[in-house]
Amino acid sequence: MKTEISMEMILLLAALLFVMGIAGVIIRKNIIFMLLSIEVMLNASGLAFVAAGSHWGQPDGQVMFVFILAMAAAEVSVGLALILQIYHQHKSLDIDNLKEMKG
Amino acid sequence: MDIIFYITAFVTLVSTLMVITRHNPVHALLYLVISLLSLSVIFFLLGAPFAAMLEIIIYAGAIMVLFIFVIMLLNLGKETAIQEKEWLKPKVWIGPTVLSAILFAELFYLISSPSATYLVQQTVDAKTVAISLFRPYLIGVELAAMLLMAGVVGAAHIGQHKKTTLHRFLKEEEVL
Repeated sequence: MKTEISMEMILLLAALLFVMGIAGVIIRKNIIFMLLSIEVMLNASGLAFVAAGSHWGQPDGQVMFVFILAMAAAEVSVGLALILQIYHQHKSLDIDNLKEMKG
Repeated sequence: MDIIFYITAFVTLVSTLMVITRHNPVHALLYLVISLLSLSVIFFLLGAPFAAMLEIIIYAGAIMVLFIFVIMLLNLGKETAIQEKEWLKPKVWIGPTVLSAILFAELFYLISSPSATYLVQQTVDAKTVAISLFRPYLIGVELAAMLLMAGVVGAAHIGQHKKTTLHRFLKEEEVL
């Protein structure tokens, strides 16, 4: 049964997910939704790595996916701690209320 | 077998679109869990079962629990009960339920049909991944361990709730 999904379709799916993540980061004003969109973008890049690794039959793609997972876990823990701290100091999660940080 | 991939990709795209358009964080989290599960089905179809298991266990299991705990911590208030009552309407959870039912039907078909094979012929199993992870990529594993350690320490340091405020006038306003 030699049915192979073409590489282009998988990369197209990863690109669509990545674009959706970028759009989510752009259009949302709540910090939690922006963090969720960053997770979507990390998933899209992981999908591209796994697809490339399985296309050539090498384990390197899944190794990179494991590294992406570890990085996402560290990023989410620090990001959620920052969200808690921002909510305690500003009583809001709207990024428009954080303009006083002059970032 | 192609149609399985296309249905799963459709489920992933629809649920991801729902993630970035919902107003309620819990609804977005539900759709994100569905998106992660369908991505793990795609990993399984690509011949990467180890990545599929990691996606379910770590992403949909651990990281989403972190998000849910933070949302629970932030929503403490007297309107929480009213919100909770509004969240449990059937039109809220019928969307993720239908999408996950499609995923379950696909998984049932894949498991039950004897001629089901991977889309890509060679399967990269967990053993080869582990051999590659702990031989050529060992320095990467060490760096990931240092990154996780820094994440834990950073989260514990940032997340602690200090009683001291930035300015004494701000403290008086908070008391009032």
